[in-house]
Amino acid sequence: MPAQTIIFEPDDKYNAFLKVCNKPSHTNGKLAGITVAVKDNISTSGIETTCASKILKGYVPPYDAHVVGLVKQAGAAIAGKTNMDEFGMGTTTENSAFGPTLNPRDTGRVPGGSSGGSAAAVAAGMVRMALGTDTGGSIRCPAAFCGIVGLKPTYGRVSRYGLIAYANSLEQIGPMGKTVSDVSTLMGVIAGYDRHDSTSQNKPYDHIPRADIKGLKIGIPAEYFGKGVDPQVAAVVKKAIGRLEELGASTVPCSIPSMEYALAAYYVTCTCEASSNLARFDGVRYGPAADTKKSWHDAYQEVRSAAFGTEVRRRIMLGTFALSSGYYGKYYSKAQVARENVRKDFQRIFQEVDVIAGPTMPTIAFRLKEKSDPLSMYLADILTVPANLAGIPAISVPCGKSEGMPVGLQIMGRHFEDERVVDVAYAYEQAVN
Amino acid sequence: MVTEQDVQHIAELADVGIGKEELEDFTHQFNAILEYFDILDRVEGQGAAARDLYNVLREDEVEPSLPQEEVLRNAPAQEDGFIKAPRVM
Repeated sequence: MPAQTIIFEPDDKYNAFLKVCNKPSHTNGKLAGITVAVKDNISTSGIETTCASKILKGYVPPYDAHVVGLVKQAGAAIAGKTNMDEFGMGTTTENSAFGPTLNPRDTGRVPGGSSGGSAAAVAAGMVRMALGTDTGGSIRCPAAFCGIVGLKPTYGRVSRYGLIAYANSLEQIGPMGKTVSDVSTLMGVIAGYDRHDSTSQNKPYDHIPRADIKGLKIGIPAEYFGKGVDPQVAAVVKKAIGRLEELGASTVPCSIPSMEYALAAYYVTCTCEASSNLARFDGVRYGPAADTKKSWHDAYQEVRSAAFGTEVRRRIMLGTFALSSGYYGKYYSKAQVARENVRKDFQRIFQEVDVIAGPTMPTIAFRLKEKSDPLSMYLADILTVPANLAGIPAISVPCGKSEGMPVGLQIMGRHFEDERVVDVAYAYEQAVN
Repeated sequence: MVTEQDVQHIAELADVGIGKEELEDFTHQFNAILEYFDILDRVEGQGAAARDLYNVLREDEVEPSLPQEEVLRNAPAQEDGFIKAPRVM
């Protein structure tokens, strides 16, 4: 079957794309001719991939990420590369070196992040589906803020080969789309074993969403409706959970005491991993040239201070500090204990319930520049990071509005029960549409 | 509490550089974040348990790889088929 080409010329009013492919080719298959946008931290052979950072400006990967190869094999047309917070570090897509993406639902607000470009491209109808990545909520947050569906798969279910690493132990590539069916279809294409990723598990996803949730037990953690969660958002989500009860599910109150430490554990872990991962950007193998006449220390500092954004430098420094002599025990090892406690809390709760439900984000989409203080931005991730710390699957599905802006219902499940969280989201979506 | 000198030192360790005009803000924000991290002092419990998957290794066999020109394509400075790096000594 010869490749065909399509014309793709979106009216990108929201700065969703960093790079548009105007005449992408495609073949036949499950995704024949469907446009798929790819977050700019996922390698695409022959297409510039920058992680929205000046330090990778002009970098053209010589190979495709495993998931990109799979999406192409399934017949999809790669529509372009989407904007993001630089290296995935942010919750708003304002930390892009190439300007913020705007929320298509209200251009005075952020689309969420860090996969904000992917979410905006789908929400605005520019593409049918998109790939995002989720390290601490970066698929689910923008899905919630833009009113689309996004799935963070179980850790190990989707290959990270070709994903430019930020925090390896937390991040997963996942599908985004307007409907649960689209997200499920894309998940079916990208999941499965890849020998190039040593954390890859042989758990393909071959599933058609089912709306029957009779007898399902849903855990409702008190922490997801408590302090810091906007009461209006909580009310919208509670109503959505009521809808699931009408469909035959029952709810069980529960508690995740380890949540108190989850956000600190997350930020210590991801900054430590980032400080090591981002050491490779030094202007030698790619990126803006390091001055080879200078000593390596001076040359690297010159390139990295000029080409990394403020938030990226902050996280590299935080991680460097937390791992430095004398502080490892106080920060990193304590964070790993806290992480294990989060896993154990989920394990305990999942003995009694099938899924856990709550809001995806504690508020609706922020106004542009509202989160200029880094710590207040970090705190917004409190409801999404637990799933990454535990490695469990979690989906965000639109469940209504607050102040005219979309609210996301988050469903978390047991390891490798991505199918079940998809089914619950599907049941809700079918009941309200 | 970390001081401006500490932040300067960390920036040097991490090779990210820091300008005089950034030091005050960075130090202030650093301290706010570290103060938040202090909550971890109260964490109790054991470290991570063993996982099902560990030490995933492959045989050390030669396999096809990218041609040299592809590997070098993104390198800003090259010489005789090698990547040129700053002085180490």
